[in-house]
Amino acid sequence: MTRMDSSPHVTRRHVLVLTGAAAVAAGTGLLPSIAAADKAAVEAAIKKAVGDASTMSGRITLDLPQIAENGNTVPIGIEVDSPMTESDYVKSVHIFAEGNPNPEVASLHFTPANGVAKASTRMRLLRTQNVVAVAKMSDGSVYRETVEVKVTIGGCGG
Amino acid sequence: MAKPRIKVPKSAAKGEIVEIKTLISHKMETGIRKDRDGNIIPRQIINKFTCTLNDKMVFSADWYPAVSANPYMAFHLRASESGKLNFTWQDDNGETYSTSADFNVS
Repeated sequence: MTRMDSSPHVTRRHVLVLTGAAAVAAGTGLLPSIAAADKAAVEAAIKKAVGDASTMSGRITLDLPQIAENGNTVPIGIEVDSPMTESDYVKSVHIFAEGNPNPEVASLHFTPANGVAKASTRMRLLRTQNVVAVAKMSDGSVYRETVEVKVTIGGCGG
Repeated sequence: MAKPRIKVPKSAAKGEIVEIKTLISHKMETGIRKDRDGNIIPRQIINKFTCTLNDKMVFSADWYPAVSANPYMAFHLRASESGKLNFTWQDDNGETYSTSADFNVS
Protein backbone atom coordinates (compact mmCIF):
# COMPACT_ATOMS: atom_id res chain seq x y z
CA MET A 1 0.00 0.00 0.00
CA THR A 2 2.73 2.43 0.99
CA ARG A 3 4.58 1.26 -2.07
CA MET A 4 1.75 2.48 -4.28
CA ASP A 5 1.82 5.89 -2.56
CA SER A 6 5.53 6.42 -2.81
CA SER A 7 6.02 5.18 -6.33
CA PRO A 8 5.19 8.50 -8.11
CA HIS A 9 7.90 10.20 -5.99
CA VAL A 10 10.46 7.58 -6.94
CA THR A 11 9.61 7.99 -10.59
CA ARG A 12 9.90 11.76 -10.46
CA ARG A 13 13.25 11.51 -8.68
CA HIS A 14 14.38 8.97 -11.20
CA VAL A 15 13.55 11.33 -14.05
CA LEU A 16 15.49 14.13 -12.35
CA VAL A 17 18.54 11.92 -11.93
CA LEU A 18 18.42 10.84 -15.56
CA THR A 19 18.09 14.44 -16.76
CA GLY A 20 21.08 15.40 -14.63
CA ALA A 21 23.18 12.57 -16.04
CA ALA A 22 22.25 13.57 -19.58
CA ALA A 23 23.25 17.16 -18.89
CA VAL A 24 26.63 16.05 -17.51
CA ALA A 25 27.19 13.79 -20.53
CA ALA A 26 26.35 16.64 -22.90
CA GLY A 27 28.58 19.02 -20.94
CA THR A 28 31.68 16.82 -21.14
CA GLY A 29 30.88 16.35 -24.82
CA LEU A 30 34.01 15.19 -26.59
CA LEU A 31 35.43 12.54 -24.25
CA PRO A 32 32.54 10.04 -24.15
CA SER A 33 32.04 10.26 -27.91
CA ILE A 34 35.72 9.45 -28.59
CA ALA A 35 35.59 6.44 -26.26
CA ALA A 36 32.43 5.20 -27.99
CA ALA A 37 33.97 5.60 -31.43
CA ASP A 38 36.99 3.55 -30.38
CA LYS A 39 34.80 0.77 -29.00
CA ALA A 40 32.96 0.67 -32.32
CA ALA A 41 36.31 0.71 -34.14
CA VAL A 42 37.43 -2.33 -32.11
CA GLU A 43 34.23 -4.20 -33.01
CA ALA A 44 34.79 -3.36 -36.70
CA ALA A 45 38.42 -4.48 -36.47
CA ILE A 46 37.37 -7.77 -34.82
CA LYS A 47 34.90 -8.39 -37.62
CA LYS A 48 37.63 -7.73 -40.16
CA ALA A 49 40.01 -10.12 -38.41
CA VAL A 50 37.75 -13.10 -37.68
CA GLY A 51 34.56 -12.51 -39.67
CA ASP A 52 31.02 -12.72 -38.38
CA ALA A 53 31.55 -15.74 -36.11
CA SER A 54 29.99 -15.28 -32.68
CA THR A 55 32.56 -15.08 -29.91
CA MET A 56 32.62 -17.28 -26.83
CA SER A 57 34.23 -16.59 -23.48
CA GLY A 58 36.93 -18.72 -21.90
CA ARG A 59 40.12 -20.50 -23.01
CA ILE A 60 42.12 -17.23 -23.24
CA THR A 61 44.36 -16.10 -20.38
CA LEU A 62 45.59 -12.52 -20.66
CA ASP A 63 48.55 -11.56 -18.52
CA LEU A 64 48.60 -7.76 -18.22
CA PRO A 65 49.49 -5.46 -15.35
CA GLN A 66 46.51 -4.00 -13.46
CA ILE A 67 48.35 -0.70 -13.41
CA ALA A 68 50.87 0.22 -16.10
CA GLU A 69 53.13 3.06 -14.98
CA ASN A 70 54.56 3.59 -18.45
CA GLY A 71 52.10 3.31 -21.31
CA ASN A 72 54.95 3.22 -23.82
CA THR A 73 55.87 -0.32 -22.95
CA VAL A 74 53.22 -2.50 -21.36
CA PRO A 75 54.06 -6.22 -21.22
CA ILE A 76 51.31 -8.53 -22.45
CA GLY A 77 51.25 -12.31 -22.20
CA ILE A 78 48.65 -14.44 -23.94
CA GLU A 79 47.88 -18.10 -23.51
CA VAL A 80 45.07 -20.00 -25.20
CA ASP A 81 44.02 -23.40 -23.92
CA SER A 82 44.49 -25.82 -26.85
CA PRO A 83 46.11 -29.23 -27.51
CA MET A 84 47.93 -27.68 -30.53
CA THR A 85 47.69 -30.81 -32.69
CA GLU A 86 47.29 -30.91 -36.50
CA SER A 87 43.53 -31.38 -36.10
CA ASP A 88 42.93 -28.97 -33.20
CA TYR A 89 45.02 -25.85 -32.77
CA VAL A 90 44.87 -22.08 -32.34
CA LYS A 91 45.22 -20.38 -35.72
CA SER A 92 45.53 -16.78 -34.65
CA VAL A 93 45.21 -14.37 -31.76
CA HIS A 94 44.36 -10.74 -32.45
CA ILE A 95 45.02 -8.02 -29.87
CA PHE A 96 43.02 -4.79 -29.80
CA ALA A 97 43.03 -1.65 -27.65
CA GLU A 98 39.81 0.32 -27.09
CA GLY A 99 41.43 3.62 -26.11
CA ASN A 100 44.26 3.95 -28.64
CA PRO A 101 44.19 6.02 -31.85
CA ASN A 102 43.95 2.73 -33.81
CA PRO A 103 42.26 -0.44 -32.53
CA GLU A 104 44.80 -2.97 -33.85
CA VAL A 105 47.86 -3.87 -31.78
CA ALA A 106 49.13 -7.18 -33.19
CA SER A 107 47.94 -10.40 -34.83
CA LEU A 108 49.79 -13.56 -33.87
CA HIS A 109 49.65 -16.60 -36.16
CA PHE A 110 50.30 -19.94 -34.52
CA THR A 111 50.93 -23.42 -35.96
CA PRO A 112 50.77 -26.89 -34.35
CA ALA A 113 54.60 -26.75 -34.25
CA ASN A 114 54.34 -24.28 -31.37
CA GLY A 115 53.25 -26.97 -28.91
CA VAL A 116 51.46 -24.33 -26.82
CA ALA A 117 49.58 -21.22 -27.92
CA LYS A 118 51.51 -18.92 -25.66
CA ALA A 119 53.28 -15.70 -26.60
CA SER A 120 54.31 -12.38 -25.17
CA THR A 121 55.18 -8.91 -26.44
CA ARG A 122 55.07 -5.27 -25.33
CA MET A 123 52.49 -2.70 -26.37
CA ARG A 124 51.69 1.00 -26.22
CA LEU A 125 48.60 2.20 -24.35
CA LEU A 126 47.58 5.86 -24.69
CA ARG A 127 45.42 5.86 -21.55
CA THR A 128 43.49 3.65 -19.15
CA GLN A 129 41.46 1.28 -21.31
CA ASN A 130 40.31 -2.22 -22.15
CA VAL A 131 42.62 -4.59 -24.00
CA VAL A 132 40.74 -7.21 -26.03
CA ALA A 133 42.15 -10.52 -27.30
CA VAL A 134 40.29 -12.65 -29.85
CA ALA A 135 41.44 -16.20 -30.64
CA LYS A 136 40.45 -18.11 -33.77
CA MET A 137 40.65 -21.90 -33.56
CA SER A 138 41.32 -24.35 -36.41
CA ASP A 139 37.67 -25.47 -36.26
CA GLY A 140 36.54 -21.87 -36.88
CA SER A 141 35.31 -21.16 -33.35
CA VAL A 142 36.25 -17.78 -31.86
CA TYR A 143 36.98 -16.88 -28.24
CA ARG A 144 37.27 -13.46 -26.67
CA GLU A 145 38.71 -11.98 -23.49
CA THR A 146 38.91 -8.42 -22.16
CA VAL A 147 41.16 -6.95 -19.47
CA GLU A 148 41.26 -3.37 -18.22
CA VAL A 149 44.66 -1.74 -17.74
CA LYS A 150 45.05 1.48 -15.76
CA VAL A 151 47.72 3.65 -17.34
CA THR A 152 49.61 6.25 -15.27
CA ILE A 153 51.62 7.88 -18.09
CA GLY A 154 50.21 7.35 -21.57
CA GLY A 155 52.17 5.91 -24.47
CA CYS A 156 51.94 6.45 -28.24
CA GLY A 157 54.03 9.62 -27.89
CA GLY A 158 50.90 11.79 -28.46
CA MET B 1 69.92 0.35 -38.24
CA ALA B 2 67.75 -2.35 -36.79
CA LYS B 3 69.70 -4.96 -34.90
CA PRO B 4 67.96 -8.30 -34.21
CA ARG B 5 68.71 -10.43 -31.16
CA ILE B 6 67.32 -13.90 -30.49
CA LYS B 7 67.50 -16.40 -27.67
CA VAL B 8 67.07 -20.03 -28.72
CA PRO B 9 68.03 -23.07 -26.60
CA LYS B 10 70.98 -24.84 -28.29
CA SER B 11 69.33 -28.21 -27.90
CA ALA B 12 66.11 -29.76 -26.67
CA ALA B 13 64.79 -33.24 -26.00
CA LYS B 14 62.26 -34.53 -28.53
CA GLY B 15 58.78 -33.43 -27.50
CA GLU B 16 60.04 -30.73 -25.15
CA ILE B 17 58.43 -27.30 -25.48
CA VAL B 18 60.96 -24.46 -25.45
CA GLU B 19 60.54 -20.70 -25.41
CA ILE B 20 62.10 -18.58 -28.16
CA LYS B 21 62.70 -14.91 -27.38
CA THR B 22 63.35 -12.21 -29.96
CA LEU B 23 64.15 -8.52 -29.76
CA ILE B 24 65.02 -5.98 -32.45
CA SER B 25 66.14 -2.39 -32.06
CA HIS B 26 63.67 -0.19 -33.94
CA LYS B 27 61.95 3.10 -33.13
CA MET B 28 58.50 1.89 -34.34
CA GLU B 29 57.51 5.42 -35.40
CA THR B 30 53.71 5.56 -35.10
CA GLY B 31 52.93 8.18 -37.76
CA ILE B 32 50.98 10.19 -35.18
CA ARG B 33 53.79 12.10 -33.49
CA LYS B 34 54.70 15.62 -34.59
CA ASP B 35 58.13 17.21 -34.76
CA ARG B 36 59.02 20.61 -33.26
CA ASP B 37 57.58 22.47 -36.26
CA GLY B 38 54.25 20.65 -36.00
CA ASN B 39 54.83 18.38 -39.00
CA ILE B 40 53.72 14.78 -38.64
CA ILE B 41 56.67 12.38 -38.47
CA PRO B 42 55.91 9.71 -41.10
CA ARG B 43 55.09 6.21 -39.92
CA GLN B 44 57.92 3.70 -40.02
CA ILE B 45 57.36 0.45 -38.18
CA ILE B 46 58.23 -3.20 -38.56
CA ASN B 47 54.92 -4.58 -39.81
CA LYS B 48 55.65 -8.31 -39.97
CA PHE B 49 57.71 -10.83 -38.02
CA THR B 50 58.20 -14.43 -39.14
CA CYS B 51 59.96 -17.53 -37.87
CA THR B 52 60.52 -20.64 -40.00
CA LEU B 53 62.12 -23.99 -39.18
CA ASN B 54 63.71 -25.63 -42.25
CA ASP B 55 61.73 -23.18 -44.42
CA LYS B 56 58.41 -24.21 -42.85
CA MET B 57 56.43 -21.45 -41.11
CA VAL B 58 56.38 -21.89 -37.34
CA PHE B 59 55.08 -18.56 -36.10
CA SER B 60 54.38 -15.12 -37.54
CA ALA B 61 52.95 -11.84 -36.35
CA ASP B 62 51.50 -8.69 -37.92
CA TRP B 63 52.45 -5.60 -35.99
CA TYR B 64 50.72 -2.24 -35.82
CA PRO B 65 51.99 1.11 -34.45
CA ALA B 66 50.76 0.11 -30.96
CA VAL B 67 53.66 -2.36 -30.66
CA SER B 68 56.34 -0.74 -28.46
CA ALA B 69 59.68 0.54 -29.74
CA ASN B 70 62.39 -2.13 -29.84
CA PRO B 71 59.76 -4.83 -30.33
CA TYR B 72 59.98 -7.94 -28.20
CA MET B 73 58.27 -11.15 -29.26
CA ALA B 74 58.42 -14.46 -27.43
CA PHE B 75 56.69 -17.68 -28.47
CA HIS B 76 57.12 -21.44 -28.10
CA LEU B 77 58.29 -24.36 -30.19
CA ARG B 78 57.77 -28.08 -29.67
CA ALA B 79 61.05 -29.88 -30.40
CA SER B 80 60.33 -32.32 -33.22
CA GLU B 81 63.16 -31.95 -35.74
CA SER B 82 66.62 -30.43 -35.82
CA GLY B 83 67.34 -27.70 -38.31
CA LYS B 84 67.73 -24.03 -39.03
CA LEU B 85 65.46 -21.41 -37.52
CA ASN B 86 65.17 -18.30 -39.69
CA PHE B 87 63.79 -15.07 -38.33
CA THR B 88 62.73 -12.06 -40.44
CA TRP B 89 61.40 -8.60 -39.64
CA GLN B 90 59.85 -6.50 -42.45
CA ASP B 91 60.20 -2.73 -42.25
CA ASP B 92 57.66 -0.25 -43.74
CA ASN B 93 60.57 1.12 -45.81
CA GLY B 94 60.88 -2.18 -47.69
CA GLU B 95 63.94 -3.46 -45.86
CA THR B 96 63.97 -6.94 -44.32
CA TYR B 97 66.14 -7.71 -41.31
CA SER B 98 66.98 -11.34 -40.61
CA THR B 99 68.95 -13.68 -38.43
CA SER B 100 69.11 -17.43 -37.90
CA ALA B 101 69.99 -20.09 -35.36
CA ASP B 102 70.64 -23.82 -35.31
CA PHE B 103 68.20 -25.90 -33.32
CA ASN B 104 69.21 -29.40 -32.26
CA VAL B 105 66.68 -31.99 -31.15
CA SER B 106 68.10 -35.01 -29.36
